[in-house]
Amino acid sequence: MTYRGMTVETIKINGDKGDPISAYVARPSGSKTLPGIVLVHHLPGWSEIYCEMTRKFAHHGYLAICHNLYERSGQGNPDDVAAKVRAEGGVPDAQVIGDTEAAVKWMRAQPGHNGKVGVFGSCSGGRHAFLYACHKRDVDACADLWGGRVVMAKEELNAKTPTSPIELTKDLSCPLLGIFGNEDRAPSPEQVDQHEAELKKHGKAYEFHRYDGAGHGIFYYHRPMYRVEQALDGWNKVFAFFGKHLAG
Amino acid sequence: MCTSIVEIAPASGMAKAGEDGWFSLTHSVVSYDHARHALLEDAITIDFVNCGLEPGARAAVELTLDAAKALSSALNKAIAAAEIEEADRLHALERMRRVALVAA
Repeated sequence: MTYRGMTVETIKINGDKGDPISAYVARPSGSKTLPGIVLVHHLPGWSEIYCEMTRKFAHHGYLAICHNLYERSGQGNPDDVAAKVRAEGGVPDAQVIGDTEAAVKWMRAQPGHNGKVGVFGSCSGGRHAFLYACHKRDVDACADLWGGRVVMAKEELNAKTPTSPIELTKDLSCPLLGIFGNEDRAPSPEQVDQHEAELKKHGKAYEFHRYDGAGHGIFYYHRPMYRVEQALDGWNKVFAFFGKHLAG
Repeated sequence: MCTSIVEIAPASGMAKAGEDGWFSLTHSVVSYDHARHALLEDAITIDFVNCGLEPGARAAVELTLDAAKALSSALNKAIAAAEIEEADRLHALERMRRVALVAA
């Protein structure tokens, strides 16, 4: 079922350490009780395509929220804000988890929510979504789309990213969906293999879909990496996965 | 690809961003990751920024690897020539200082 009617707005929530951050919210019209999706945006920031994907989830019958992980670096064009974050050395994983927890709590407090929450992210957002589902136990399903740096070498670790996410796989608290392109180099197919082996080792519920003829950013229709066939199938996989795990 | 290829260098100078004009710099940031505007999967992005100002205080380019190499080569040549110029100037100043000392 699709929902052509929806309301969208930008709200403020209290993120990590109580910092006020913006969040883009889309609510399908009607009075039906619905599941929720928390979107964790990608490295290029709280951008137009993430607002579009927030509305896409609403169109498919989810309450959806996408919070701005880069709020503390100021307001402006998302490219410029992302560049400032880059110049500052990125955002700390712990802060992203705190901000995402606030979005999950907001979702769970909404009237008309069915009590189920999925967390979704692509690129760095996929990595962060997975991290969140390993650190917290308040989401019911997690989708990691081509999240790079889930497997990190020791020399990549620093104060902001102190732990390689794959090390936390044993703590994954919900089913995981992974969508990857076999021509991607971060994550490389070998890194996806490592992650899959770790999931198997710990008996975690997961499904990975790995596409030939595709690299990174398969769904980004405005970029050269867009792959229409794989993207259409991938979206079907996303909605089937959340439909299965977030039904009320 | 989600790389962690980011090099951050302190910067002194000025950059121009849009119609807002020139602003002073604090950093130059060079990365290789997703292109946002160039029709490339990944690009060398160079940001000239002032971290003390709003995010719009940014002058940026997205280059192909070949273009970045050509830029790097041109930059190195210009810097080498500039350092020769600066060395000549320092020598000339030193000569003038010694002549002045002798005259005194």
